[in-house]
Amino acid sequence: MSDSWQPSASREVMQLRARMLTDIRAFFDQHGVLEVETPLLSASCTTDPNLSSFSTQYRQQNLYLNTSPEYCMKRLLAAHGDAIFQICKSFRDDELGPKHNPEFTMLEWYRPGFDMFELMDELAGLVQMLAGNSGLDIKTVQKISYADAYWQAAGINPHVASADECRRCALEHDIEQPVGLEDDADEWLDWLMTQLIMPTFQPDGFTFIYDYPQSQSALAKLYKDRHGTTVAARFELFYGETELANGFDELLDTHEQRQRFERENRNRLALGMRPSVIDEDLLQALQHGLPVCSGVALGLDRLLMVLARADTLEQILAFPFARI
Amino acid sequence: MASYNTNAFKNGLKIMLDGDPCSITENILVKPGKGQAFNRVKVKNLKTGRTLERTFKATESVEAADVEDIDVEFLYTDGEHWHFMEPETFEQHAADSVAVGDTAKWIKGQEVCVMTLWDGAPLSITPPNFVELAVTRTDPGLKGDTAQGGSKPATLETGTEVKVPLFIDEGDVLKIDTRNGEYVSRA
Repeated sequence: MSDSWQPSASREVMQLRARMLTDIRAFFDQHGVLEVETPLLSASCTTDPNLSSFSTQYRQQNLYLNTSPEYCMKRLLAAHGDAIFQICKSFRDDELGPKHNPEFTMLEWYRPGFDMFELMDELAGLVQMLAGNSGLDIKTVQKISYADAYWQAAGINPHVASADECRRCALEHDIEQPVGLEDDADEWLDWLMTQLIMPTFQPDGFTFIYDYPQSQSALAKLYKDRHGTTVAARFELFYGETELANGFDELLDTHEQRQRFERENRNRLALGMRPSVIDEDLLQALQHGLPVCSGVALGLDRLLMVLARADTLEQILAFPFARI
Repeated sequence: MASYNTNAFKNGLKIMLDGDPCSITENILVKPGKGQAFNRVKVKNLKTGRTLERTFKATESVEAADVEDIDVEFLYTDGEHWHFMEPETFEQHAADSVAVGDTAKWIKGQEVCVMTLWDGAPLSITPPNFVELAVTRTDPGLKGDTAQGGSKPATLETGTEVKVPLFIDEGDVLKIDTRNGEYVSRA
């Protein structure tokens, strides 16, 4: 007899999830952030070559499941200008592992008038409140720039480092070179992040990394940091080595946004992938005018893992991918 | 030549690494949220049995190993080769001592084994988990001693020596667990 009909998460974890959702809604209610719902289906999809969208059909029309609710939420921001949050499912094809499930729950919120640092503070307040409510003793909340993190852990400047320099750094630190990793500096930086930088994070604390390289700006604004380097106003939050959230001081420039979509589509083509359908509605919303704002997406299943002191999503999800 | 993309990786998939056929035993996705994904895999080298780790950039393709498992019945050994037969097709395969390895200690004939073929040639033989073999030589059994501890060596009809309880006699047929080489019971 197989027990695969059974949930893989315990009753206690189910209760902890319900408590977490209640606490999140209370937090945003107190902070005057409006809960919204936007569609999971979309006629367009992300151009990011590192994300794969699920596709489906309504009659003859191709549709995609969202990889995050970002585009629709920005259309709401452009139309109404309210601070908004959403708790919804997001979907990413080809992502399955101890800390990845192709279908997952995301909390995403936008704060008009906030810069990246103000939003990082609000996020820190939220996760510390949730940690406290589940009896988790948080030792530290550290904030460190991407450049400082690489400099301290690897001795390289990530804003100028070449693929060769990264390769030498990997050799010096006895880190293997993955098959297929060649001359792309950003891919090397991603690899060093997982192998060399993340392991230096406080194991039982929160770590913010901010000011990402320009080449990894996604939908973030660019600005000059205090050394005069052009960086992306993007941040990530980690608990130990678990990545929890990604946020931006949002790009407002329609022209720049279109160029980034088109560049990513060219990268997709170069990688032998199909270019994505660009979201013209988002571009029109930007054209109409997005308020100056920052936004962040927080993976709630991963956060629940932290709150429940679990090692894998299997312990957190009622029915993980292997049981659907 | 057949190949697999990293997104086809799963446990049990057979791939070529460093010229040897390997079987994936663990596949972990390493992926920053907005960055390049990597697959860290543990594989078992099917020739040496050794486990090794390797990381691939996601979307890389890796040569497939032409490896398959078939059920075969052990027929006989001529001292140099061990001869097996597929029960359905009567096709015979001769395996050398490298491929047979420790399995030779447990098979006398007619056992159904799993033969792993690589490019159609025998790579390894896995015996049944339990085999029944007669004792050809051991010290005389102690009558009535079926509960006491203590053991003694006994030689089986395949020439293999195992530890058995004191009450076992020559001619007894024993059930042996081939995974740890231990006596289980009288057959």
